[in-house]
Amino acid sequence: MTTPLYGKYGGQFVPEILMPALAELEEGYQRYKDDPEFLKELDYYLKDFAGRETPLYFAKNLSKKYGTRIYLKREDLVHGGAHKLNNTIGQSLLAKYMGKTRIVAETGAGQHGTATAMTGANMGFETVVYMGAKDIERQLMNVYRMKLMGTEVHTVESGSKTLKDAINEALRDWVTNVENTHYLIGSVVGPHPYPMIVRDFQSVIGNEVKEQIMEKEGRYPDSIVACTGGGSNAMGIFHPFIEENDVKLFAVEAGGSGMTTTEHAALHSASLCVGEDGVLHGARTRILQDKYGQILESHSISAGLDYSGVGPELANLADIGRLTPRHADDDEALEAFHELSRMEGIIPALESSHALAYVMKAAQSGELGDLVVINLSGRGDKDLETVIKLEQGVKDEYP
Amino acid sequence: MNIPDKFSELRSRGESALIAYVCAGDPTPDATEGIVQALIHGGADIVELGLPFSDPVADGPTIQAASERALSAGMNSDRYFDLIGSLDVEVPLVCMTYYNLIFKRGIEKFVHDCKDAGISGIIVPDLPVEESEELAECCVKNSVDFIFLIAPTTTEERINMILEHGSGFMYLVSRVGVTGARSDVAESTNKLLSRVKTDIPKAVGFGISNGKQAKEVVEDGADAVIVGSAFVDIIASGNAVNARLEALAKELKDGILAAKR
Repeated sequence: MTTPLYGKYGGQFVPEILMPALAELEEGYQRYKDDPEFLKELDYYLKDFAGRETPLYFAKNLSKKYGTRIYLKREDLVHGGAHKLNNTIGQSLLAKYMGKTRIVAETGAGQHGTATAMTGANMGFETVVYMGAKDIERQLMNVYRMKLMGTEVHTVESGSKTLKDAINEALRDWVTNVENTHYLIGSVVGPHPYPMIVRDFQSVIGNEVKEQIMEKEGRYPDSIVACTGGGSNAMGIFHPFIEENDVKLFAVEAGGSGMTTTEHAALHSASLCVGEDGVLHGARTRILQDKYGQILESHSISAGLDYSGVGPELANLADIGRLTPRHADDDEALEAFHELSRMEGIIPALESSHALAYVMKAAQSGELGDLVVINLSGRGDKDLETVIKLEQGVKDEYP
Repeated sequence: MNIPDKFSELRSRGESALIAYVCAGDPTPDATEGIVQALIHGGADIVELGLPFSDPVADGPTIQAASERALSAGMNSDRYFDLIGSLDVEVPLVCMTYYNLIFKRGIEKFVHDCKDAGISGIIVPDLPVEESEELAECCVKNSVDFIFLIAPTTTEERINMILEHGSGFMYLVSRVGVTGARSDVAESTNKLLSRVKTDIPKAVGFGISNGKQAKEVVEDGADAVIVGSAFVDIIASGNAVNARLEALAKELKDGILAAKR
């Protein structure tokens, strides 16, 4: 019946109640994605509200130290401090065109929630964001930002109290309020058509890089490196390059505090590296699960990567060998966080620090080639409290 | 006894069925036998036993909490089938669980294990008919009924597709939303019952918690009433659980029997 969209991955594993809403969403997306008026408004928001295009910055000090030419795609300069706004602009506009009045979203680090709050406030939606209690604790600033912009933030106390549970709760809200509500999912995860829609709206990143790198270097990079939780910044920068087979794609997942698992939890969030085939949040993909299929809690120093699944298209790209999954652990990410701040005067998000950390680890090996683009998906201001606490030695509070 | 035989038996008496849901292993695996017996003594005609999943997106807070209690008490798929296989009951049993647990065990093995444990039907709330081909085939091969949900949002086209693949009974969701006891029964129930035209028995669930509601639903034309969260609330209270489960089942069944059709 339904053909899986990405090799064996993808699909629509959702309650019956939502099936018509998914069909409506797909229909709406197909109708508006090439509509001149929609595109004009999208373009306006991306330029004048989000501040695109973002620079492709040559990191000269880093390049010198690691002996390879390193560029940073500065998504940290997007309004709100992360690439997340690219997607919320697109989906909020779509929801507006489809006549929805209410938006619900989940958030991990609070970046997607903040981006949703921004477009929600700007476009006049009633906006509700679900956030795990554990994430609320580690991202108070983002919670306050969302509230400032008129968003209702719901604390999720169930399960692991992180992103996966926030998604469950947002889905439950959508099931209940499906008629007037759009579920604005924040990553390339969930049931079809979400992975496709989010990827398309995030592809502005890779499309800009294509032009910028040609202008600066006269060629495409040898490799592109992006951190991967659900995978929206990775798919956004990878997608326009998928047909360019000479460009290697590296998805760097959170290695957390070790690549092992206990009975109910993984100490990492590396579903591409070590996850198994399964079904989570409406899609078949690679997930962290126990031998019975119960979902394992994940771990990462960065809330934005702390997720037990990954986008189905990324799982397929990994299966067919088009992308290479790698991981960097908490300590390596922290080191990279410091190093970029010190060497280039740019404070990266802890999420993006994983991509940086991997480049720092692998640059000498030659694996990355001579010209590397790193997706600097977000800025690190939101993480300062986490880092300060870690360095004051209260690591136990952030297990 | 399988599900179609149970419904024929009830139909010959002009009766609608009470289908009771509880989460297996809640609060402990040892408690389940007593709970199931209490439900049957009270009047449950079919018992749905949830196999708890870590991320139950179709369930409200009551059943989420039950799933968490059962999982913390050590429930897993192996123990589930051991436990269900050990129950000494005559009524049909139905397994309700989420797709990843079936997928991970292997669809074929899962259905075999159901069959061996004496389970007559399977409900998978996150598996729409489009994704269900393999499981449907396996169920047919093993004479296990595959029970689908139909929601107020389900289109006519989808209703027809679901009727083609479902068996045992049709699980009509009385309202948009997740599971959980409510004080009123949605108006949409009546409309949905008349939209679904089939000889397969129609069971209505989501939100029903007392005898009065059960009576109304049967008067609207339901062949069965499904009650879950109201039973699970009693289990969660830890207070005179089995006696109160039996009393609620009796109240619900009395409501069903009092309905004028």
